[in-house]
Amino acid sequence: MSYKIAIASGKGGTGKTTVSVNLFKRLNERQGTKVQLVDCDVEEPNDIIFFCDAEVIDVQEVSQKVPEIDSEKCTFCRKCVEYCEFNAIVVLPTVSFAEINPTLCHSCGACSVACEDDAIIKYYKPIGAIHYYKTKENNGLAEGKLEIGSTMQTKLIRELKKKISDQNDIIIYDAPPGTSCPVVETIHDSDYLILVAEPTLFGLHDLKLMVALVREIGLEFGVVINKVGLGDNDIYEYLVNEHIELLGEIPFSKEYASLYAEGEITGEIPETIHQSYTEILDTLNLKMMHHEGNHHFKW
Amino acid sequence: MKTVITSSGENNSAQFDKRFGRAAWFCVFDEETKESIFVKNTNTNANNGAGTKAAERIVDMNVQKVISGDFGPKAKDLLDKFNVQMVIVQDNDVTVQEIIEKLKA
Repeated sequence: MSYKIAIASGKGGTGKTTVSVNLFKRLNERQGTKVQLVDCDVEEPNDIIFFCDAEVIDVQEVSQKVPEIDSEKCTFCRKCVEYCEFNAIVVLPTVSFAEINPTLCHSCGACSVACEDDAIIKYYKPIGAIHYYKTKENNGLAEGKLEIGSTMQTKLIRELKKKISDQNDIIIYDAPPGTSCPVVETIHDSDYLILVAEPTLFGLHDLKLMVALVREIGLEFGVVINKVGLGDNDIYEYLVNEHIELLGEIPFSKEYASLYAEGEITGEIPETIHQSYTEILDTLNLKMMHHEGNHHFKW
Repeated sequence: MKTVITSSGENNSAQFDKRFGRAAWFCVFDEETKESIFVKNTNTNANNGAGTKAAERIVDMNVQKVISGDFGPKAKDLLDKFNVQMVIVQDNDVTVQEIIEKLKA
């Protein structure tokens, strides 16, 4: 069994990727712990940018089943139209027209169940791919990459997560921004969730949305405040009032931002930031050790 | 010939609704009889496919022309397929009656 840590934020640009990649690389310093990083931000996976010597070891295509209507067999009864939750089917009996719009279709299969005339044909349409990389550190990186134009983020994330071996000691899921279905798919089964927030008005607003979501799901979570020094102190007040654990703070640093822009986020980083990660890791260690099934860990 | 005008209310004095798929009502104006009937749009709050469903309804009612503020790509494809003419009116402050007057003229 792997210990699954998800990194999410609500607001974009708070530092999910930075925290994910840093934790992944730092966990590597612990001998004998197998860690895999999984980039679930399938619309724009960018963890790979920070592994300049990574090698692609495998690519697997992911498809969705898309239905089509055989108008020879269709009796234009409109039963499939009633079954379709996504308004993807147009059936016009008067002009003998029946069509499924693939961009609205969610591949749920309800139309096949509805059809009594065997008029629904299925074909496979690619929605993206899963890329596996070997990295210098740990058990490597896996990412989902959505096909341009596809709206099947959630399905691709689900398939990506299914492919990750449970033989890892730790799996880090880097979530997409936002609080919608792709985020829920990424975080819902994690053992621990790290919310990366920034101390700004927007940062706090979106953190509140995220906290409401994770409380609804019922996940154990803590907050890392990134870019400390920007904005104001309202976020601290919020965390205290809501009894939310502050896992660590990462100071805002122009020097670090320029290193980041050059693709360097883990090596030559300012001492204060290095220290922040050490503290976050120490807290995480305690979480993992208290987690049931912790006997798998070789600390 | 029948024309649909997207409407925010159930009668001719109602404001023209610039939304197509999420318009509250469809005013079906018959150019021969000069009469209009109002059909409620049941998909105003649909999560997806409101435009597609509105276009399906339009074709089903054997309408040849639709007047609205704009048309999304999926609705446009379907309306095009059945040769329904799309007319875009961008006036914010116009009633259904005023549009009908222009059609009669």
